[in-house]
Amino acid sequence: MKNTYFKIASLLSVLSIGFAGCSKKDSPTPEFQEANLAPLSIEFDNIVGARTFTLNNTGSPYKNAAGEQFTISFLQYFISNIKVETAAGNSYAVNPDSSYFLIKGADKASRFAKVHVPEGDYTKVTFTLGVDSLRSTMPIDKRTGVLDPAAGGDHENGGMYWGWNNGYIFFKYEGNSNVISDDASGDPTGKKQFKYHIGFFGGYSVPTINNIKVITMDLNAAGIAKVRKDRQSNVHLFVDLMKVFNGKTPFSIVAHPNVMFNDFSSTVAGNYVDMFKHDHTEN
Amino acid sequence: MRKKHWMVLLVFGLFILACKKDHPVKEEIERFLGFQKPSNFPEPVYNFANNKVTKEGFELGRALFYEPRLSRNNTITCGSCHIQSAAFTQHGHDVSHGIDDRLGTRNSPPIMNLAWSKAFMWGGGVYDLDLQPITPITTHEEMDESLENVLNKIRAVPKYTAMFKQAFGTEEVTTARFMKALSQFMLMCVSSNSKYDQVMRKEGTVFTADEQEGYVLFKEKCASCHSEPLFTDGSFRNNGLGTSAVNDQGLYAVTLIETDRYKFKVPSLRNLKYTAPFTHDGRFLSLDGMLEHYNSEVRDTPNLDPQLRKNGRLGIELSATDKLKLTAFLGTLNDEAFINDKRFSEQ
Repeated sequence: MKNTYFKIASLLSVLSIGFAGCSKKDSPTPEFQEANLAPLSIEFDNIVGARTFTLNNTGSPYKNAAGEQFTISFLQYFISNIKVETAAGNSYAVNPDSSYFLIKGADKASRFAKVHVPEGDYTKVTFTLGVDSLRSTMPIDKRTGVLDPAAGGDHENGGMYWGWNNGYIFFKYEGNSNVISDDASGDPTGKKQFKYHIGFFGGYSVPTINNIKVITMDLNAAGIAKVRKDRQSNVHLFVDLMKVFNGKTPFSIVAHPNVMFNDFSSTVAGNYVDMFKHDHTEN
Repeated sequence: MRKKHWMVLLVFGLFILACKKDHPVKEEIERFLGFQKPSNFPEPVYNFANNKVTKEGFELGRALFYEPRLSRNNTITCGSCHIQSAAFTQHGHDVSHGIDDRLGTRNSPPIMNLAWSKAFMWGGGVYDLDLQPITPITTHEEMDESLENVLNKIRAVPKYTAMFKQAFGTEEVTTARFMKALSQFMLMCVSSNSKYDQVMRKEGTVFTADEQEGYVLFKEKCASCHSEPLFTDGSFRNNGLGTSAVNDQGLYAVTLIETDRYKFKVPSLRNLKYTAPFTHDGRFLSLDGMLEHYNSEVRDTPNLDPQLRKNGRLGIELSATDKLKLTAFLGTLNDEAFINDKRFSEQ
């Protein structure tokens, strides 16, 4: 018996030493050196208003500010060009060749954008929702990984490349709502689907709509990122998909069941830019 | 000694003749010259530094161009809608006729002189030849396949993995290699041996009187858009066709810029003999019909090209004689060598 207590006690003490070892309070801020890289991840944790994100939850649908009930059947978006900044103003941009991530609603593992940045204490994280215009006009050789036009198959299955108008879909959000009519102004297939495929990087040679959104998160309030070589600092963001409907310019699904390649795409992008909220940082 | 030389030449000549008859692939044994800029053409706009045309790459591209696996049910090749004998268009079809007998909304444009093209498709949207094939492959009415599936099908064919190895060093089939090979084939499809070209290069041919007068008329009335020597300035313009039943808005559909509404790419005037019907929706069955459009049928729709509204008149005045002479000149732009060049045919 005594032996057991002893075992438990020693286990607890080992654990607490372990915890203490993990505690970053006494970890001094390292000198900022560009070559001194350490891992950092940004977690894009999708939520829907006050509820968790679940695909096709027809038994308990979500409800937007217009009072429309809906479910989500598909969600994918590009996160790119990650940049970090310390309180002292030192900033570091991740090499563009390894700074493109496709966050997929159907694949939990895809929610982390994992990068390497110099050891340091970061108070700001900046990223792009979408694919920047430079990468959108690059030669085919540079379009690898999630940017490969062959990735993900066709548009019915997750493909994010617009062949007919050279560019990527930045944000692809589909679902169902009973408010959608069965005629041409809704979904003539009768599936009552809404589809938001938002792209538009600003045009090859002449300026067109630009829906690229650069988002900066201030980490001071909810926890700065202490990036060190021996651990994984994780900036945990909530991504509230309800903001698509209830953002700056609220709209109803019934009024705009399909937004792809038209001017209203800017309104949708203007709403989803506010989806991100820094919840906490795991250091 | 001299006699021996003649004998060798004669035997060699016979050999070539024999090859010509029996083996359309005679060129295979000739030295591959790669992409050659015709002396009367400007510098190409395609970035060859990023995709050097090689014999192996070109041959792979040609095989892929004529490969039905590019379509969902392995029935349609690029060559189905871009037929060499029709100067790589789909002769006789107003709009392209693709998989499962589905019809598109536009006329198949020619695969010709693409190295000089800044934008692709009748309504733009594609600005890099290396990205162009994705459009017909994935379009519902054309090949209706995903690029991912195409690459998987190609990977499963030993002939192709071997060809990829020859062209690119390893058997790996990537999107970039697949696209670059197709580009290599398409870039080689240069049409530059029409009578016009021979006259311009002073190769001993001269225009007839009608052709010459037609040429003068052409320079006066047509060349501002169909500029020499490609016979297009590559721009997008509204040529007054009026709206179509499907209300195709051209460039506007990809830019959403109001001033782009009803603008379509200015097509080249080369090889018109083989490429009827004309315009983006193939509505004109003959050259005569097309010329009459400019003479009397131009409609005042938004963004009508200013060239078609001069001196208070819509269109371009063309008398019957003008039309005859212009037709004579345009006839000098037909390139028989191009449509018969065995290098570009399915092997």
